Amino acid sequence: MVTTEAAAVAAARVEQSQDRKEGYKPFLTKLSDLPTEELFGPGHRLCSGCGPAIAMRMLTKAFRGPTMVFNATGCVEVSSTPYPYTAWGVPWAHILFQNTAASACGAVEALAKLAEEGRAKKADVIAIGGDGGIVDIGIAAVSGALERGHDLTIICYDNENYQNTGIQRSGATPLGSWSTTSEVGENSYGKAEWKKDILGIAIAHQIPYAASATIADWRDYINKVRRAIEVDGPAFLHVLAPCQLGWRYDPSQTIQMARLAVDTRMFPVYECVDGVYTINRRVPLPKPVVEYLKTQGRFRHLFEEKNKWVLERIQQGVDKNWQRIVNLERATNPAAPKV
Amino acid sequence: MTTVTEVERKDEAKKRIKQKVLGLRGDDAVAYAARQANVDVISAYPITPQTIMVEELSRFVANGWIKAKYINVESEHSAMSGCIGAALVGARTFTATASQGLAYMHEALYAASGLRCPTVMAVACRALSAPLNIHGDHSDVFGSRDSGWMQVFCENAQESYDMTLTAFKMAEDEKVLTPIMVNLDGFITSHSLERVNILPDEVVNQYLPPRTADLKLDTDKPVTFGAMALPDYYFEFKRQQEGAMAEAYRLMPKIWRDFAVISGRRYSNVRPYKLDDAEVAIVSMGSTSGTARYAVDGLRNRKVRAGSLNIRLFRPWPAPEIIRALKNVKAVAILDRAMSFGAPGTTLFEDIATTLYSLPKQPTLVNYVYGLGGRDVTTAQISKAAEDSLKLARQRKRTVPTRYLGVRD
Amino acid sequence: MSQKRKLSWKEATIAGAINTPKSSMDYKTGLWRSQTPVIDYARCTKCLICWIYCPEPTITRLVDNPERVVEINQEYCKGCGICADVCPVKCISMGAG
Repeated sequence: MVTTEAAAVAAARVEQSQDRKEGYKPFLTKLSDLPTEELFGPGHRLCSGCGPAIAMRMLTKAFRGPTMVFNATGCVEVSSTPYPYTAWGVPWAHILFQNTAASACGAVEALAKLAEEGRAKKADVIAIGGDGGIVDIGIAAVSGALERGHDLTIICYDNENYQNTGIQRSGATPLGSWSTTSEVGENSYGKAEWKKDILGIAIAHQIPYAASATIADWRDYINKVRRAIEVDGPAFLHVLAPCQLGWRYDPSQTIQMARLAVDTRMFPVYECVDGVYTINRRVPLPKPVVEYLKTQGRFRHLFEEKNKWVLERIQQGVDKNWQRIVNLERATNPAAPKV
Repeated sequence: MTTVTEVERKDEAKKRIKQKVLGLRGDDAVAYAARQANVDVISAYPITPQTIMVEELSRFVANGWIKAKYINVESEHSAMSGCIGAALVGARTFTATASQGLAYMHEALYAASGLRCPTVMAVACRALSAPLNIHGDHSDVFGSRDSGWMQVFCENAQESYDMTLTAFKMAEDEKVLTPIMVNLDGFITSHSLERVNILPDEVVNQYLPPRTADLKLDTDKPVTFGAMALPDYYFEFKRQQEGAMAEAYRLMPKIWRDFAVISGRRYSNVRPYKLDDAEVAIVSMGSTSGTARYAVDGLRNRKVRAGSLNIRLFRPWPAPEIIRALKNVKAVAILDRAMSFGAPGTTLFEDIATTLYSLPKQPTLVNYVYGLGGRDVTTAQISKAAEDSLKLARQRKRTVPTRYLGVRD
Repeated sequence: MSQKRKLSWKEATIAGAINTPKSSMDYKTGLWRSQTPVIDYARCTKCLICWIYCPEPTITRLVDNPERVVEINQEYCKGCGICADVCPVKCISMGAG
C-alpha cells in the first residue's frame, strides 16, 4: 500500500505518458487559457464556501460552444434560480427531480433534428444533478439515457447527502457518516451502508467516456468535462463537491476536503475510455482515512470508543475499493503500471 | 330552436378534398395522424392498449415515412420528460400512454403544463390497478383531470384521427401553449377496426406547418426555465395557465371551422342528439355516446322523449354549450366511466351539476357509474337509466345516491 | 437589492421563464459576509488560483492591467475564505467585517 518515493515518481510518469499514448491532448494546461466570461453566477444563493458552486463554475469554463444545461432539483437548481433571479448565462431548464437525463435526451434528439432542418442552432447538452437526482431517484433515467447512447454529458455533483432538503442520507453518503436520516445514537453509528458506486454503474453501460474528478484538481476536472462534451455519445462524470454545511467543517476548507478525499483514496480519481481504465491520481503515498474523517463533524462520533471499529471498516473498505480499481486498470489497460 | 348543430358532411368540401378510406383501429388512426402531423420527437413507452400506436410509429420511422426522432424511453415518467425537454427546445412532440403509465408520469404532467409545452398525448383510457385490469374506462384520465392538460374524448376511430390532428392546432396556438390529451376508450376504440377517412399528406402538411416557438431554449437568447417560484410568485403562473385554458376555449370555434374546411367534418365541443324537445338527456363521453344514441332511438320508438349529449371537449369545460343543451330537459342521466371514491358524485356528474347550478330551474340529475374495467354497457341498461331518471323527475326528486349500471350487487 | 414591482399574471412571462440571463447579479450577496478578503498585491504571484476556486465567482480577472490580474468584487463576496486558503503564497488575509 505505501510505496517508495521512486515508485511514486514512476507512477506519475505513467500518468503523463498514458495521455500522450492515447493521442488525446487535454484542452487546458494553464489557468490563463480559460475564458474570462462567467456563465454561472455571481449572486446565487448557495452557501458561502459551497463545493457544488465551484463545480458548476468550473464546468462552465469547459464549454466549447453553444451549450444548454438541464438541471435536477437540488442545491444548485434551487439556489441558482429563485425567481426572478437566475445565475445562469446559458439556456437552462429544470424540470423535475429524477428526470434530468430523460429531459436532456429529448432536447438532444430535438436539437439534432431541428438543426438538420435549419430550425435551430446546434448546441451541446449537459444534464447536471446532485447525488440525489443522479444516484438515487434519477438512476433509472440515467441508465436509460446511457443505454440509448444519446450524445449527452451527464454530470453528477456529489455532496454525499440530499443536502438541499436538509442533509438527509443518500446512496452516495459514505459509511459511518452522520446525516439527519442516518442519525447517530444508542442504536446507530450513522449510515450503515457503503457508498453506491455510481461511476461503476455508468461504466457498466459501456459508454465511451466515464470519469471521476474533484473540484480540488481544476485542471483534471475541467479537462474531463471538456472531454466528456467532445466525446460522441454519452459521457458520465462523477465529481466530488464538498458541502461545508452538511459535512460540518469551516467554509474555507472546501478545497482541502476534496484534496484529502483523494489523498486518502476515499474518492478515487480515474477514468474509463471505451472500457479501458486509467487511474488519474495514483496517490502513491496515501494518508490513512482517519486524516480525512477527523476533519469533518459528520464523522466525529466515529472517534468515540464504541464506534472506533467503524474507522477500521472504512479503511478496509477504501483499500478494497482501491485494489478493485487497480485490478480493473491492470485487466484493461496495457499501459498500467506493474506494481 | 336549434342547439349547436352538427353538420355531418359538407358536400362541397367532400368534392374539393378527396379522402381515401382505410380500415384502421383507433390506435392506428392516432399513429397515422401523428405521422402526418410531422412530429419532431416521439418519446414513448409501450403499455396496453396503446401499444399499437408506438409500434406503428416505430414502423413508420424505420421505413422513413416520418423523419421524427423516436426515443425508446425506459419509463412513462421519462417519456413525458423527453417530450418536455424536446418541447422546450421548440420541437413538436408526441407521446401516448394509458392507465399505469399515465399515473407514473403524473408529476411530469404538471411540469409539462406549468412549462407550457404544447405536447400532444394520446391516451387509450384504461382502468387503474389494483387489481390489475387492462380494459377501458376513464379512471386514468380523470385522475389527471387537474394537471392543467386540455382533454378531448373520441368516440370512434375517425374522431381519434381527427382529434389528434386538431390537437396540435389547439396546443400550439401561441395564446394557449398548453399540452393536450386525446382520449380513446381502451380496447373499445383503440382496437376496433373501423372505416376512417384519411386526408392526403399534403393537406395535413399545409394544415400543420412545422412548429415555431417564441419562448424556448435558444443559445442566442438564454432563458431559464423551471425556476423556483416562492409564495410571492407561484400563484401568478398558475393563474396564467387558467387564462390559457380560457383562450383555448375561445379558440375552439375557429379550430373546428378550419378543420371542417379541409375535411368536411364539422365538429363542436359537444354533440347534442335529439335534445331539442327531449325530456330526458343521457350525458356521456367516449365510445358509449354511440351506444347512447342507439338507446335514444329505441326510447323514441317507445314514445319516450329522450336525447343524448356527447361531451367531446372535457377540458376546458364547455359550460355554455352544456347549459344550452340541457336547460330545457326534465332529467339528466349522467354516465361516468370512473369512480370517484368518497365523493359526493363522480367526475362528470360533479361538472354537470356545477354547470347547471346557475340555472333558475334545474333538471333532476342522476349519477350513473358504468363500464369500469372495460365491462360492457348495453343499450337496454342505458335506456333503463334514462327511463328511471325521467321517473325520478316526475317524482320531483332533485337527485339520488349514485347508481351503478351492470355491477353485481 | 433592487425592489422591482412584482408583475401581475397578465404581465409576467409565461412558464415562470426568466428572460434575463444572470439576473442574479441584481442580488448582492456581499451583505452575507462577516469577514472580508484583502489581497496583498505586492506578494501576489498572479497565479489565478484564487480566481478559479471562488464559488460565486466574485473575483474578476483583469485582462489589460499590467500590475494586477485579479480583483475581488466585494458586492458578492460571501467571506468564505477559500481564496485565502488556496493562495499558494498566502497573500490574501480575511479581515473582520
